[in-house]
Amino acid sequence: MKKLVLLGIVIAAMAVSIPFACSKKVDGRTDDLAPLAPAKTDADAGTWKTVLLTGPTEFPVAAPIATGTPEYIAQVNEIKAWQANLTSAEKDIIKYWSAGAVLRWNEILRELVAKHNLPPYQNADNTYPAPNASNPLAYPLFPFANPPYAARAYGYVSAATYDALVAAYYYKKLYNRAAPYNVDATVNVLIPKSDLPSYPSEDAVVEGASVEMLKLLFPGDQDYVQQKAEEHKRARILAGANVRSDIEAGEALGKAVAQKFVTRARGDRAGAAIGNQAQWTKMETDCIARGEKAWKSLDIPARPPMLPLYGVVKAFLFDSLTAISLRPGPPPLTGSGKMQQETDEALYNTTHDTREHYRIVHFWADGVNTFTPPGHWDAIAAEDFITKNFSEVRWARNMALLNMAEMDAAIVCWDTKYFYFNPRPTQNNPAIKTLTGIPNFPSYISGHSTFSGAAATVLSYIIPENAAKYNAMASEASLSRVYAGIHYTSDCTAGLQVGANVGNYAVNRGKADGAGN
Amino acid sequence: MRSPAAGIGKCGLFLSCLLISVMHVNAQTDADAIMMTKNNFCVGGMYSYSSWKNYWEGTMKRNNLNLGTVSTRMAGVMGNYGISSKLNVLFGIPYVETKASAGTLHGQKGVQDLSLWLKYMPYEKQVGSGTLSLYGIGGISFPVTSYVADYQPLAIGMRSTNLTLRAMADYQVGSFFATVSGSYVIRSNIKIDRDAYYTTEMHNTNKVEMPDLAQWNLRVGYRTDRMIAEALLGQGYTLGGFDITRNNMPFPSNKMNMTSAGIGLKYNIKAVDGLSVIGGGSYTLAGRNVGQATAFNGGIFYILAFKGHKKTTTNTPEKK
Repeated sequence: MKKLVLLGIVIAAMAVSIPFACSKKVDGRTDDLAPLAPAKTDADAGTWKTVLLTGPTEFPVAAPIATGTPEYIAQVNEIKAWQANLTSAEKDIIKYWSAGAVLRWNEILRELVAKHNLPPYQNADNTYPAPNASNPLAYPLFPFANPPYAARAYGYVSAATYDALVAAYYYKKLYNRAAPYNVDATVNVLIPKSDLPSYPSEDAVVEGASVEMLKLLFPGDQDYVQQKAEEHKRARILAGANVRSDIEAGEALGKAVAQKFVTRARGDRAGAAIGNQAQWTKMETDCIARGEKAWKSLDIPARPPMLPLYGVVKAFLFDSLTAISLRPGPPPLTGSGKMQQETDEALYNTTHDTREHYRIVHFWADGVNTFTPPGHWDAIAAEDFITKNFSEVRWARNMALLNMAEMDAAIVCWDTKYFYFNPRPTQNNPAIKTLTGIPNFPSYISGHSTFSGAAATVLSYIIPENAAKYNAMASEASLSRVYAGIHYTSDCTAGLQVGANVGNYAVNRGKADGAGN
Repeated sequence: MRSPAAGIGKCGLFLSCLLISVMHVNAQTDADAIMMTKNNFCVGGMYSYSSWKNYWEGTMKRNNLNLGTVSTRMAGVMGNYGISSKLNVLFGIPYVETKASAGTLHGQKGVQDLSLWLKYMPYEKQVGSGTLSLYGIGGISFPVTSYVADYQPLAIGMRSTNLTLRAMADYQVGSFFATVSGSYVIRSNIKIDRDAYYTTEMHNTNKVEMPDLAQWNLRVGYRTDRMIAEALLGQGYTLGGFDITRNNMPFPSNKMNMTSAGIGLKYNIKAVDGLSVIGGGSYTLAGRNVGQATAFNGGIFYILAFKGHKKTTTNTPEKK
């Protein structure tokens, strides 16, 4: 009997050990991608319509040294020397970066946003400190990458990368210097070969543009950004994809183009979006003067509203009058029966908090310490773009359309929020306990709905066969805010529509930019 | 950021639940030196209440006006069956409710993890003037409902399947005893509802790597067939994990460490053979990424004797 019991114990111990036996390491969905092998090279992308550049030659790229020259041969030999004894770490970075430059820099940006998406802790006197761009490493760290800040960051990095690549593709075609492995057949090539001319390097263009934008947007993270940049450039030489002069010309072009975007960003009014006490008070008193109940922060202690003047930031896709024209009509009056009914609905939803509601709410919450809703849509887009084998320039163009729409959606949404200054459901009824945190800005219109409506519209244009999927996702993202009890249904319905309206500007741009689909 | 499990039971208490169950206050649990005799089944219910206002954000102690006091109420059923007087099997299943007294976040409730234990006493000998007994204990716990883990500090549990391996020694002289145990808890990875999250870097996945735990527990006190009164001290460590960043929310794979002290009482009711009541309390002395919890518990247990055996536990090691 005793032996049987002991045997039983041993068998049970083995059975329960099995789930623990393997390594715990968790892989990300994009850790182990095949190298990007574009379905078409888009060699004529130098003719595509740029965003800010007056044309592809605004920042000239010097003619490359010829492939027969001793200097070029020396650069080919540099590749060969590096390849002579590749370490496993070097093979890993080749694999990582070969999945796509636009993809990887978008992922890095998402990571920086998530890292920095943390609201500052209050001061001893219950006021809140503001991050300081000129002292980014002091607490509170600069930036607080909240959704509007993030939307703008994604917009600028994507648009700058796109313009820089259009210029790069123009010079690729103009100078037509072949990739080193097409010049010298003895170069070992560790990525898929391409007929696309390699000067200037499209990877270095993306790297240079991204690094330059990130100096402005995440000035405290230069150690990490520079380390990634060095790794990226080295990966291209190690892979035999580029000689050093391809890299240098590409990086210089990327930086120069990005500088133009940096200059725009410094003057786009985002720097003043935080506002001041007088402006915050005026929004409140204006709302009360209209006879409406004014929004109040539900944070304890009360926190100043998030970027209340973001609505006047300069959009990419339309001018400021158009931005105002995209503002929807008012929400139900705060004293109306309709508003009471929608508040009651929020209470009902939070007291009927099913597990499925939590799944939906938390999947889409994209709150504190996440890459925000625009980042979530970038992740959704990126994972679908991977399956499409876009060229780097098409990746950039599609990301730019998406992220300019997201930034402009944030502008229209924030303009609307602070124009109406409408309370959250919990302000109307404190019994409403929410399934995720209540964002610190007015309710109407839902930011998630606006971002999602815009993203689904743009992505449905880029990948039409997925339109039903994107629209269903946007609807679920929108509904998640109702289930959570942090929005009224009318916030979300209007948000989806406004988002779609903004998204259509990006679609129309895409239809006219010469890239086709 | 969960309170320490103030687990108890005349029969087993588990509370793998409340995060790191450092404290197993009271008798006849997976962390004490009490065995059921052969064919006796002890079963009962217990209740605990734990709350904290201050917590450690990394190593920095703070409060949070948007949470106020976070409280956890637990009601559980536990049982302990004596396969023999040297081998017991234990189970426990708690229902947990959480609430924040301030802010707007919704509390959580639900049935949490089922725990199953085997407790084996291979050695019991007179050593010096007392009795030394040694134990090997193995347990597994796993969620039995689909509760949300990624909603700290209000989630009712962590969702990992845990395999606990514990070695324990008990020494009793007269009515005084000391028990010391050390545990290693292997935790499975978990899945959360989000498909990307940031720890100290970005993770584009819904899977979360859960670091293992190490724990030790010391209990000293007075123990007779009628009653037990004991003082407890324990520590739990997360072997890995990361600190909550400034003003961030906690996350299941945080580095949650704690040192707790407590007391436990058990009394066998004279009037009804096999009936006992238990009670106890604990306090978190130090911690990292956990709440500084104060916990109280109480329970009532009854022994069902099968095959005509006398209703008894071996509270007091038999003299050999």
